[in-house]
Amino acid sequence: MTSELDIFVGNTTLIDEDVYRLWLDGYSVSDAVALRVRSGILEQTGATAAVLQSDTMDHYRTFHMLERLLHAPPKLLHQLIFQIPPSRQALLIERYYAFDEAFVREVLGKKLSKGTKKDLDDISTKTGITLKSCRRQFDNFKRVFKVVEEMRGSLVDNIQQHFLLSDRLARDYAAIVFFANNRFETGKKKLQYLSFGDFAFCAELMIQNWTLGAVGEAPTDPDSQVDDMDMDLDKEFLQDLKELKVLVADKDLLDLHKSLVCTALRGKLGVFSEMEANFKNLSRGLVNVAAKLTHTKDVRDLFVDLVEKFIEPCRSDHWPLNDVRLFLNQYSASVHSLDGFRFACSGCIT
Amino acid sequence: MPGKLKVKIVAGRHLPVMDRASDLTDAFVEVKFGNTTFKTDVCLKSLNPQWNSEWFKFEVDDEDLQDEPLQITVLDHDTYSANDAIGKVYIDIDPLLYSEAATVISGWFPIYDTIHGIRGEINVVVKVDLFNDLNRFRQSSCGVKFFCTTSIPKCYRAVIIHGFVEELVVNEDPEYQWIDRIRTPRASNEARQRLISLMSGELQRKIGLKVLEMRGNAVVGYLQCFDLEGESGLVVRAIGTACTLDKLSSPAAFLPACNSPSKEMKESPLVHPPSHGCRSTHNSPIHTATGSRLTQNFSVSVPTLIYTGMGSGSAGKEGGPFKALLRQQTQSALEQREFPFFTLTAFPPGFLVHVGGVVSARSVKLLDRIHNPDEPETRDAWWAEIRQEIKSHAKALGCHAVVGYSESTSICEEVCILSASGTAAVLNPRFLQDGTVEGCLEQRLEENLPAGCGFCHIPYDELNMPFPAHLTHCYNCRKQKVPDVLFTTIDLPVDATVIGKGCLIQARLCRLKKKAQAEANATAISNLLPFMEYEVHTQLMNKLKLKGMNALFGLRIQISVGENMLMGLASATGVYLAALPTPGGIQIAGKTPNDGSYEQHISHMQKKINDTIAKNKELYEINPPEMSEEIIGSPIPEPRQRSRLLRSQSESSDEVAELDLSHGKKDAFVLEIDDTDAMEDVHSLLTDVPPPSGFYSCNTEIMPGINNWTSEIQMFTSVRVIRLSSLNLTNQALNKNFNDLCENLLKSLYFKLRSMIPCCLCHVNFTVSLPEDELIQVTVTAVAITFDKNQALQTAKTHAEKSLQRASTDNEELLQFPLELCSDSLPSHPFPPAKEHLESASSNSGIPAAQRATSVDYSSFADRCSSWIELIKLKAQTIRRGSIKTTVTVEKASPVGEGNFRNRSSPPCANSTVGVVKMTPLSFIPGAKITKYLGIINMFFIRETTSLREEGGVSGFLHAFIAEVFAMVRAHVAALGGNAVVSYIMKQCVFMENPNKNQAQCLINVSGDAVVFVRESELEVVSTQQPTANCQPACAGGEVTT
Repeated sequence: MTSELDIFVGNTTLIDEDVYRLWLDGYSVSDAVALRVRSGILEQTGATAAVLQSDTMDHYRTFHMLERLLHAPPKLLHQLIFQIPPSRQALLIERYYAFDEAFVREVLGKKLSKGTKKDLDDISTKTGITLKSCRRQFDNFKRVFKVVEEMRGSLVDNIQQHFLLSDRLARDYAAIVFFANNRFETGKKKLQYLSFGDFAFCAELMIQNWTLGAVGEAPTDPDSQVDDMDMDLDKEFLQDLKELKVLVADKDLLDLHKSLVCTALRGKLGVFSEMEANFKNLSRGLVNVAAKLTHTKDVRDLFVDLVEKFIEPCRSDHWPLNDVRLFLNQYSASVHSLDGFRFACSGCIT
Repeated sequence: MPGKLKVKIVAGRHLPVMDRASDLTDAFVEVKFGNTTFKTDVCLKSLNPQWNSEWFKFEVDDEDLQDEPLQITVLDHDTYSANDAIGKVYIDIDPLLYSEAATVISGWFPIYDTIHGIRGEINVVVKVDLFNDLNRFRQSSCGVKFFCTTSIPKCYRAVIIHGFVEELVVNEDPEYQWIDRIRTPRASNEARQRLISLMSGELQRKIGLKVLEMRGNAVVGYLQCFDLEGESGLVVRAIGTACTLDKLSSPAAFLPACNSPSKEMKESPLVHPPSHGCRSTHNSPIHTATGSRLTQNFSVSVPTLIYTGMGSGSAGKEGGPFKALLRQQTQSALEQREFPFFTLTAFPPGFLVHVGGVVSARSVKLLDRIHNPDEPETRDAWWAEIRQEIKSHAKALGCHAVVGYSESTSICEEVCILSASGTAAVLNPRFLQDGTVEGCLEQRLEENLPAGCGFCHIPYDELNMPFPAHLTHCYNCRKQKVPDVLFTTIDLPVDATVIGKGCLIQARLCRLKKKAQAEANATAISNLLPFMEYEVHTQLMNKLKLKGMNALFGLRIQISVGENMLMGLASATGVYLAALPTPGGIQIAGKTPNDGSYEQHISHMQKKINDTIAKNKELYEINPPEMSEEIIGSPIPEPRQRSRLLRSQSESSDEVAELDLSHGKKDAFVLEIDDTDAMEDVHSLLTDVPPPSGFYSCNTEIMPGINNWTSEIQMFTSVRVIRLSSLNLTNQALNKNFNDLCENLLKSLYFKLRSMIPCCLCHVNFTVSLPEDELIQVTVTAVAITFDKNQALQTAKTHAEKSLQRASTDNEELLQFPLELCSDSLPSHPFPPAKEHLESASSNSGIPAAQRATSVDYSSFADRCSSWIELIKLKAQTIRRGSIKTTVTVEKASPVGEGNFRNRSSPPCANSTVGVVKMTPLSFIPGAKITKYLGIINMFFIRETTSLREEGGVSGFLHAFIAEVFAMVRAHVAALGGNAVVSYIMKQCVFMENPNKNQAQCLINVSGDAVVFVRESELEVVSTQQPTANCQPACAGGEVTT
């Protein structure tokens, strides 16, 4: 006796959260059944393995049919085929677009192209995430990227509107899209200690301060239909950064800057002497990184450079985090009092 | 030219990409009704086109309005080649044709293509202007309401229940026409869908005409089926119960206020005129008068005399003569009435007097022998023959009506099994339209019969039992005789006293049959049928005993025919009726008692069985009060016999089991294990696992013993197909496979729905078919309803209250019946001894009789096989030809209340993108009140694929299709302004595959009633707002009665 056909269709579509997770994690039906058996569900419910198999198959089939709709979440809301309560719809979408930290670190800043997709096998073996799940996550990134790429307005808002994601997840996607667009290098060994959260934080600050949208007249006003794009760095701004060179090139300015920073921070830093000793090097490092940003290649290496030129020296001197923050704040604040300089931020604190 | 149909095409969304180059679509719409077609403009390059068309107007006859569906086709404009069809929407405009239903159809409809499934949606508005012609209702059947619900719909009251209506139309199946060879599968599917839509419309119109002829205004329990006969044609047939319904004014508001007035107004007519009625009855002139009138005009007309209620006054002494008189009377009256059948399964309280037992008839026909296949005559004759048989079976049980009546077919190649079944019953003539006569007697009987047990009392004459049976005095009233087991096809009456909870009981059976052709095949099937019936029956009986229960409700036996086997599947809900005796246990007897180990085995088995019974009793909370023998009265000393197969004409004879009474326990049911087969049976008995705790299941509307439903419902359809390996084709292996299939399916359901615990699967409807040689397909549709466990425990204790409660929650509008009964029973009389004698005379036990021997009529190959009759009991009373007069006085709907409700009830979901539409096979929605019926939903879809693997194989294909069908039903309901479908049923799900060609095809037919419901919590608000509506019904009612 073999089962040729075995289906269950409810007027309200049944969603089993556990099975959904297994499906998202890319397990095959048989693996999922095995995992469910291990979870002790059979003992709890008195079901048999065959029942579990058929149940899992059913859910997988449903998810497979839903997947097409999940690619464009607003469609899920308007479609008539599956009757799903709104709270469940939200859960389906949120989970579908959720991603693994390990995975995102691998592809962050990479071009979301076919080439990268081919490397997913390696990422899968490296991270232990199933290839299927990797593909889903990668495709999600790419899909979101494609949709919002040419769009105006706030990146986060656009993502939220077109993918109905929670605020948090939408911000994460904004970071991913931003990184992918600017192709920041994040995979170098030196950067391995940084988490996705760190980069996302940087991305948010950069979007707020460094992009076309940020530099516009009213960057925070969502209604402004100015040509503001959150994805690209403002070329003019980058050009302006070149002017910073004067901070290290001009000896007087350098000293003045140093004295301003030192006066302000005296007694506040635990590593004051090291800072004082290294001020020139650090400042030169920062300014050079900033000044080079007009070259795309150097933009990509932004984080590598920052780590090499600034963070590593700090670290070798065992700066506590708080001191770094104080220093940087003071560093940029003092510049304002120096001249008409506008320095937005160098938010690479960790 | 009585109608103008207006259609407006508003917009489309989510259209598929038809132009690969631009990834867009140039869509336009064709609107077709009858032979007229309109087109919208082409909306260039958009997947979400906005047409905002003008109103397309069709001026049409109402005949066309009823027959034709509105056909909307969405196409992709192509400048150079032919336009490509995206898909179609068929809209049945029938709901717009009667005033109380929907006034406009407006909403998003899925665009459906038979090859690609749903492809986007289209927003359409449809209206009908009917010319206000008073004659309209005389000439066409526009305005006759149809309900799938098999009880009086919740916001209506039955004024008269007229009786059985049936119709059948035949056409050539487009799939078998010569042109099918040259046209595309899509064209062929569409031709078929359209044809069936047309035929359904025509059928409905014809039935409507019959109803009008009977002076009714509605069809309740409307069941329409298709027979895909293949070469010989496509048959669409329908049965239903014609009624005159009256809309209740705002049902919620009605109750509280009407208490006193209705009582008053009821008492007066009931007490005074009744004595009149009675008197005339005695003299019997009216009887005869009625009879003769009937003879003259065949169709029933509205009675001139309304003897609604009957007093109890004259009742007592005349019991005996009455009875005889009645029997005579009814008999003669019924002879006039073609078929006193009712498709209803639940009745107003007091309607059902006694239940005899299940009657069924089957007949095997050869489709290729139909003389002129395009004409309906042959099939009409077939069905008439079967109905006649049912009628005669019922008569043999001393009953003159059949309730819970249904018909079905099973077709394999050229062989067709026609089946009909129902429950023989005695009805209260008060509800019959021409029941002028017997009312008083009835009334008296009723008083004497305590509410919870009356229907169990045997309707037949004890001295003249149609078959041997075992009778006892009713355990409830202790006055009358009851059978020891009762089988019925109806729902449990609301006032029945039940102990504990009910459960789903199934009998499953396969029988191999040799492949044969034509006559030989038909003969082989005919020969097998009685054996199958007998075995199914035995299984049911055993399982019932094993559960410690004594009655089956909602019994449905399906026999399906395949190339090389027959399958039987019986489902029913077992309950313990307080009125019937406690079932005895099951005794196992070995055939070779000298073998020691064998004996041991037997005793081991016996122990297991006893344990199971005890466990089941605990599980279902069956703990009837102990009664001493004296109170009950000793059982009638009558040789007990085990299930007897019996031909209705009492051709019964010897057969079956010899009962060994010496085996101890009273009433023990003995199973003799004399061969491996029997061993199998016993094993299979024990393999049925009870549902996991927190789960209950039944196939009736409501679960006996549970009445505190909470509002969460989940309707579902599950389909399984298994392939049998041809190696193990023995009866035993087959049975095991089939049994496993069903059990596993149930287990899967319990597992899937575990999050709803505590819950009950209600209206579990299994259908089995044999699509191919080695395939068995089982389709289940049911609804899971959650309930409040704590409350359940409380109520379980007070059975009587429970039933009352249920009545009030489920159908408040019917409350007048209980009220009325109360008032009637005030002047109750001591039970007259004479009568008791008579009554107890009728009985017999409920051991069912299946009918075994069948005479095969080779010449016609219409071998009527078995008919079996289960329990019986009777007091012959009266039913006449199906028309029933309810005592209830006519009430007029209060326009105020109605209006408010209408506004109020507009679906709350109008604003949200997709409104929730509930679907349920039940006639009610727990925790909610149905405020309006919007019309019948009857849809037929074909889906075909030539890329089966790509669509996820057979499972993926069917899963998607069923989901699409649900979506289309929901969309139609939403467009009518409704928020639920009740009495939903998937009548057909024919699935064919050809994996080698990567092809599959499926046909699905569903129906139900679109309704608007309001949550009870919301309703309270409404009712307090309109106190004025309350008095109106009562006043109106009063006028009519006086």
